[in-house]
Amino acid sequence: MPDFSPQLRQLITEVASAVIEQSEHLTALDQAIGDGDHGVNMKRGCEAVMADLENIAAKPPGEMLKAVGMALVMKVGGASGPLYGTAFITLGKLWPAAEGAPERAQFAEMFGSMIEALKARGKADFGAKTLLDVLGPVHAALQGDALPAEIAKIARQSAEATIPLQATRGRASFLGERSIGHMDPGACSSALIIETVCRLMEEA
Amino acid sequence: MSKVGLVIVSHSRLVAEGTADMVRQMVGEDIPLAWCGGDPGGGLGTSVETIQQAIGDAWSEAGVVVMVDLGGAETNSEMAIELLDEARQKQVVICNAPLVEGSVIAAAESSGGASLEEVKSSAEEM
Repeated sequence: MPDFSPQLRQLITEVASAVIEQSEHLTALDQAIGDGDHGVNMKRGCEAVMADLENIAAKPPGEMLKAVGMALVMKVGGASGPLYGTAFITLGKLWPAAEGAPERAQFAEMFGSMIEALKARGKADFGAKTLLDVLGPVHAALQGDALPAEIAKIARQSAEATIPLQATRGRASFLGERSIGHMDPGACSSALIIETVCRLMEEA
Repeated sequence: MSKVGLVIVSHSRLVAEGTADMVRQMVGEDIPLAWCGGDPGGGLGTSVETIQQAIGDAWSEAGVVVMVDLGGAETNSEMAIELLDEARQKQVVICNAPLVEGSVIAAAESSGGASLEEVKSSAEEM
């Protein structure tokens, strides 16, 4: 089985760069319906990952993902730290012991477990205008035979589909009906991450 | 007998510190008390790392109750507790009460020698 570590290192680097690059947009979305710090927080977390990249990338894939998760937990602040941290730590824990990458079906199953862990961490479910509303449809696509480009499109469309929703979880829920008409910042950042991963899978 | 420790977690350092001042006025140095506020960049928010430190500072054999303000404070506190040694995890609970009033009541209960569960439920039932 080929060593997946170099590819994972590249994935982590590209994802962190994409989030850092889009951080002002994420903050603008959060200013509309939240506390206006999502982009700043995610940028700080991703910069911490990049600063420790040599250490992180020296580990086997599963440990790499756990280390990324821990950096996000410690450095992001805000609820998105524990949420994204939990996502990466869960995938890291479930990563097959081998150095290679999991098969598609196995990864779909891991992704489903990650969603369950996020539901527990955030005490949320689908339809509450959160990142779960992106991850759910992506999980369904992963279970089928959708190509990376199609999955990326589903992620973006799902983030856009949070615009008409009323938030029932997170800071935006305080706004009640006024949360309608804006994209959820967490849905946007998760779509951004998934799009970046899909683009690299496409190129691979 | 040791008394239940109290940790105050707010998005704002000033709110956390001010709440701790009000607690001290009630119970003096009677109970282990620590507070934290602000995200890892020093802005408004909460930080798993500083919450962990605060739990350590307020550590008591009788347990520690963590008072939180808004959502992220609770999520980060839960994460901080899960990262403690397994033996310590069971002795730390999050209290879902209004931060200022709940902290004062919890502190008063603790100083009177109440158990971890009693401290938590008194503040939550107010």
